[in-house]
Amino acid sequence: MSENPVNTEPESMTIIAFSGDLDKLWPTMILSSTAAANGMDVTVFYTFWGLFPLVKDDVRITGYDSMTKMLAGMNAPGMKKAKLSKMDMGGMGHWMMRKVAAKNNLLPPEDLFELSKDMGVNMWPCQMTMDLLGIEPHQMVDGLGEPVGAATALKKMANSNISLFI
Amino acid sequence: MEATEAAKTTVDAKGQSCPMPVLMSAKAAKELAPGETMLIEATDNGARSDIPAWVDQTGNELIESSEEGGVMRFLVRKK
Repeated sequence: MSENPVNTEPESMTIIAFSGDLDKLWPTMILSSTAAANGMDVTVFYTFWGLFPLVKDDVRITGYDSMTKMLAGMNAPGMKKAKLSKMDMGGMGHWMMRKVAAKNNLLPPEDLFELSKDMGVNMWPCQMTMDLLGIEPHQMVDGLGEPVGAATALKKMANSNISLFI
Repeated sequence: MEATEAAKTTVDAKGQSCPMPVLMSAKAAKELAPGETMLIEATDNGARSDIPAWVDQTGNELIESSEEGGVMRFLVRKK
């Protein structure tokens, strides 16, 4: 009888970060940092709108033509500029949400993102979305993994105890 | 709490919101040698279940817990 090697590996969680909304980045960052604190092997795969928060805050626009630039403008690249998924009210929503969070000592998602990275959470950008939207590696924050595709993300999910789509 | 005196380190997570008490505890646990203990103090209501859950998940041992004046205290031994 051979032992099941899977049992000797740490538990694992994969999050597909599809949304770039502030109120969805928060649970992504809280869960990934906490799972890492629990000793789990954690990977976050950033795809579609989820990629814009990985753009550096001082990069105002990304894209290679008028349409991709316009999409970037509408999605405000950078985690600090992330909007609420609903009732953002031209910025009022996310401004108020951040105020409320700070008052309650909840760290902003960009801080939890840094903590997650420090604790070894794998941050994987989606190569296809980078190509599609014209987001260049030098425009993105430091400490990310190599861009990967759907098959790599799926392989990770197949070996994860928990897989989430946020 | 006699055992409290023996805690190698104290994690002051009072005033911190989820997930910080757990993250701070995990960081402190890394500095401990197996068998050493730490005292975690928190005021976040989520910590009441989160710290025991984290202890359970990481295989550490919750020696005792108490709550007084809104401050929760957890004495944890590293596995």
